[in-house]
Amino acid sequence: MKSLEELKKLREESIKNIEMRNTDKDIRVVVGMATCGISAGARPVLTTLVEEVAKRNLGNVQVVQTGCIGMCTLEPIVEVYTADKEKVTYVHIDPEKAKRIVSEHLVNNNVVVEYTIGSAEKQ
Amino acid sequence: MDKVNVTINGITVNVPKDYTVLMAAREAGIDIPTLCFLKDINEIAACRVCVVEVDVKGVPMRNLPASCVLQVQDGMNVRTNTPKVRSAVKMNVELILANHNRECLTCLRNGTCELQKLCDELGIDDIEFQGAKREAKIDNLSYSIVRDSSKCILCGRCVSTCRDVQGIGILDFTKRGFKTEVAPAFDFSMKDVPCVYCGQCIQACPVAALRERSYIDDVWDAIDDPEKFVVVQTAPAVRASLGEEFGYPVGTDVTGKMVAALKRLGFDKVFDTNFSADLTILEEGTELLSRVTNGGKLPMITSCSPGWIRYCELNYPEFLDNLSTCKSPQQMFGAIVKSYYAEKEGIDPSKIVSVSVMPCTSKKTEANRPEMEVDGYRDVDYSLTTRELGDMIKRARISFTKLPDEHTDSILGDYTGAGAIFGATGGVMEAALRTVADILTGKDLDSIEYQAVRGIEGVKEASVVLPIGGVDTEVKVAVAHGTANAAKVLESVKAGEKDYHFIEVMACPGGCVHGGGQSHVSAKARLDVNPKINRANALYELDRSLPKRKSHKNPEVMKLYEDYLKEPNGHLSHKLLHTHYVKRDSYIVEQEEEFAKMLEKLDK
Amino acid sequence: MKIFRSHVLVCGGTGCSSSNSALIKQRFEEKIKELNLDEEIQVVSTGCFGLCEEGPIVIIYPEGSFYARMTVERVDEICEEHLLKGRIVRKYLFDESAREEKIKPLSEVEFYKKQKRVALRNCGVINPEDISEYIARDGYMALGKVLTEMTPTEVIQLVKDSGLKGRGGAGFSTGMKWSFAAPNQADQKYVICNADEGDPGAFMDRSVLEGDPHAVLEAMAIAGYAIGATKGFIYVRAEYPIAVHRLEIAIKQAKETGLLGKNLFNSGFDFDVEIRLGAGAFVCGEETALMQSIEGKRGMSRNKPPFPANKGLWGKPTIINNVETLANVPQIILNGPGWFKSFGTVKSPGTKVFALGGKINNTGLVEVPMGTALREVIYDIGGGCPNNKEFKAVQTGGPSGGCLTKDHLDIPIDYDNLTAVGSMMGSGGMIVMDEDNCMVDIARFFLDFTVDESCGKCTPCREGTKRMLEILDKITEGKGTMEDLDKLEKLAINIKETSLCGLGQTAPNPVLSTLKYFRDEYEAHVLEKRCPAGVCQSLLRYIITMDCKGCTKCARICPVGAIEGKVKEIHVINQDKCIKCGACMDACTFHAIIKK
Repeated sequence: MKSLEELKKLREESIKNIEMRNTDKDIRVVVGMATCGISAGARPVLTTLVEEVAKRNLGNVQVVQTGCIGMCTLEPIVEVYTADKEKVTYVHIDPEKAKRIVSEHLVNNNVVVEYTIGSAEKQ
Repeated sequence: MDKVNVTINGITVNVPKDYTVLMAAREAGIDIPTLCFLKDINEIAACRVCVVEVDVKGVPMRNLPASCVLQVQDGMNVRTNTPKVRSAVKMNVELILANHNRECLTCLRNGTCELQKLCDELGIDDIEFQGAKREAKIDNLSYSIVRDSSKCILCGRCVSTCRDVQGIGILDFTKRGFKTEVAPAFDFSMKDVPCVYCGQCIQACPVAALRERSYIDDVWDAIDDPEKFVVVQTAPAVRASLGEEFGYPVGTDVTGKMVAALKRLGFDKVFDTNFSADLTILEEGTELLSRVTNGGKLPMITSCSPGWIRYCELNYPEFLDNLSTCKSPQQMFGAIVKSYYAEKEGIDPSKIVSVSVMPCTSKKTEANRPEMEVDGYRDVDYSLTTRELGDMIKRARISFTKLPDEHTDSILGDYTGAGAIFGATGGVMEAALRTVADILTGKDLDSIEYQAVRGIEGVKEASVVLPIGGVDTEVKVAVAHGTANAAKVLESVKAGEKDYHFIEVMACPGGCVHGGGQSHVSAKARLDVNPKINRANALYELDRSLPKRKSHKNPEVMKLYEDYLKEPNGHLSHKLLHTHYVKRDSYIVEQEEEFAKMLEKLDK
Repeated sequence: MKIFRSHVLVCGGTGCSSSNSALIKQRFEEKIKELNLDEEIQVVSTGCFGLCEEGPIVIIYPEGSFYARMTVERVDEICEEHLLKGRIVRKYLFDESAREEKIKPLSEVEFYKKQKRVALRNCGVINPEDISEYIARDGYMALGKVLTEMTPTEVIQLVKDSGLKGRGGAGFSTGMKWSFAAPNQADQKYVICNADEGDPGAFMDRSVLEGDPHAVLEAMAIAGYAIGATKGFIYVRAEYPIAVHRLEIAIKQAKETGLLGKNLFNSGFDFDVEIRLGAGAFVCGEETALMQSIEGKRGMSRNKPPFPANKGLWGKPTIINNVETLANVPQIILNGPGWFKSFGTVKSPGTKVFALGGKINNTGLVEVPMGTALREVIYDIGGGCPNNKEFKAVQTGGPSGGCLTKDHLDIPIDYDNLTAVGSMMGSGGMIVMDEDNCMVDIARFFLDFTVDESCGKCTPCREGTKRMLEILDKITEGKGTMEDLDKLEKLAINIKETSLCGLGQTAPNPVLSTLKYFRDEYEAHVLEKRCPAGVCQSLLRYIITMDCKGCTKCARICPVGAIEGKVKEIHVINQDKCIKCGACMDACTFHAIIKK
């Protein structure tokens, strides 16, 4: 180890994996992972969310899975819970959409309206 | 050294700042009791008998510190006689007593026991806390030393002495807590460990937990047996210490009274090991000259001290060929008594009982070495210590102080100053140099006192220029006393840093005058007198008072050669007076199976 | 670096390991592989989570689900439901987590909520066998900062300013200790980590070493830099194999990563650490005895002064710090003395780890700010005494400490307060006793320990404690006199005042404190020949009550024929014959035999 910078770089790398063990976070992203969700392709969505969150060092975001949300036809479903705010429910999500949710909603706090359950129902 | 002011019981003293409170108190005329304390050797603050109350510039120190290790500080105020201190000291002594085999009336150390004295001084009149005692073990299997754990007070004086002074360390604390005891590793007997039987542990022991194995009864039996012809020899150092048993100051030469006492004890003949010391010089001097001129193994190392011989056999077997092949004076004497003397006087050697009085406990083991006999006759049958002789004289109710001075018997009783100084470290070297120098120069030299080899410096070196084969040669010698110092010298020789012609080694610090068989000098008394110096001075004094001071001038020794041995290192000399050595292993386990079991037990 | 979407943390501390947590971890790995989730889910073995009573413990992140009392059998279900389908298996969760509708993650459970984890911050959070996880938690940042930005004097000043005190027992200022060693000139100085945790029931240090070994290594290097030492020793008992194993791995990884060894952070500072195993002698936790042991000698205390800071290991200046003390150091460096002082009390800042044991519901390891009341630790965190028994006393400080009563429950815990009431902080053992514990017996238990564990060097400790034990034996056998109580006290005070080292100076504390606070129990033993708690066997009497139906079963089972009575009549126990074996009581179908 030659410098503090070198150590810091190592830390940044390592932190991505371990950050998950902190449960005290403001934003919770929940992916439905019951049989219905999985068959609709929820697993790649979940892993993409996890990877994207880690890549961007979003220490404030927790990505968790849950069982059946109850709207199997709309799976894969991703819900975003933010303290003091209304829950946002995204439906029919795929990995590409998931990336957008991360970059727009989680990073810049702009809800991706077109993926939400509200716009899906309108269609 | 900077000095500081310390107040002890109201008396202010100005002492060097590296002083302990204990030493400072002495300056103030206050005698703080001690038990485990042995100056410079055992300063471990274990017994808690020297505790005191202290404050420094008004700030009290926590608890009661031990004064033996507490360094003085400026403004220290020490109180040694407060109710708190008195009660603590008393209780700690009582606690020691509660776990001590208090058979004082029948104890060997009755009268010389430091614990007993302490009880008297502190007015211990009751032992309030009594209960279970540590499991008692007596190990009397070695020829020299008895270890009695029931008497041991765990002061650690023997441990420090064996480990630090002698560099051997066969004794240490074992087990823990209340079960703690001082013992050799694995509870081995002293007989089975690399102990050299120097008895320095006995000298350190304040009680009778370590003591010599006594042969007094065997000697009485021999004396009382009309069939037996009992002869006794006394080592050079004995006369410088025996008087202490009867109240004489440390290092009083009592040769004349000692001889008178021995005669009154009923020995048939009273001879002197000084005689065979002179004999040793002729044999050893000749051996040295022959090694030097014939390219023999050098450096040659003396072989008078059986503790040293055992140490060498155990730890430095590579030096066995360097050891002089001469038997020690004790053994030479025994061999001569049962051959030359028996023949001269027409006594059946099988009827002769050869007794020696030695300052030494290792001599007991030496006398029992299997090879120490000639034609089936043991050189020495019983070897007693100075203390045992003192006990015999007391038991015979002989008023030692009132005895006249008497002379040893001929034809093995005459001696020179050279033989007399054998008992002090450097003495053998000096005696050898006196004779060797005369022989090489062919003169009767006047300058015979070799001051460089005298004194209690651990390792002493000297060189003398002597003509060898017609060439002036610098003869380099070294003297070491105490096995730790011997190891230092051998290591330097091994490393090629030193090349000596001749080395004198004595196993005991100070040489035989401070041997394990000498009279006890309490730890307290040693603060005022150094038995090594005082007793050595007595021997040098004796040397100066004698008309003949060179071994080859001893008429009885010369007659022995003339009539019997013919020449030093001759055929008969080799048979009677020389020996050999063997490499010895440490911690020999005779039954390996038992050892395995023991290890298994330890694993659990 | 690979990112996993879920982490399964299995406790690998000594407590959970002894109830087969290794097999649980193995089954998780197997099952996760079977389910093809091994690319997404990571299984990690951690150090102790603290709530040992509920072990083996498994925590699953990101949810922080707290599975308690895990078994191998439950693993498959958890994998299939929770890990695969995202359905937390409520029935296997720790009771309190699942009590309400919303599942509480680990961090919100009462047991943890009241704690402040500094020394234990990484225990149960990281994989102690992976240096990168430690680094992710700011590991070695403190060392880097110290070596690149601070002078040794500044480091010492900072530690001094923090007010950190030694967590091993005596509570001496750590910064002061360092400042004594720093100015001493020597060719070699040493830093020793004292991990010879010997108090019965204490496992704080073990848990730190098992859960966060790098924190200790980092702190040792910092200490080394501060005092000018390049060599460190960790003296850890051989009975801590997991701790030793993890330390070995940690040292190896730190060396490979260049965080131990030569020229750290290009500063020219070298530091190396070696492990020394202790054979388990209690006294070797005493620093002078510990150094003797490292030197290869018999562990026996020696007089101080000279203090180790001046003449320590092999006669060289040495500092000796306890594991928990060291574990605080990197955090203090990173967050500053102000942060550290923000919890705890003015005189004792920071936190303290306690090992809760005895008659308490939540046996385990807790870390609370100094100044927390005993009541909070015992009741709020510890959950009080099991089976609704009444709390009687708490023993702090192990064999060197004392027993405190319910009157002391509101005392804020710190060094001075505990000492003032006759106990001590010690290393942090906290043993709770309820109405069923006999305080004389408790004192006897601790003394029995010291009698065996005294090094045997000094008279009062070696001989005196034995005599005290004998008197206590006498009292518990009903043979004690009031005079014995005075004797006991007299001996105790002498041992305290005149013993050579801390072991002896504190050994009488359990007796002195119980004599002070539970004298009535002693007197009951002595005067009434009665053990109020019903513990002391010799004082017990088995009595047959009116519930006896006269079935004769007890009379037949009594090995000494002490029970007499006719069929269908109430039986009587002859107290002179009775050997108090209790066989009759076990045999009685009608619960008609009681002991009192």
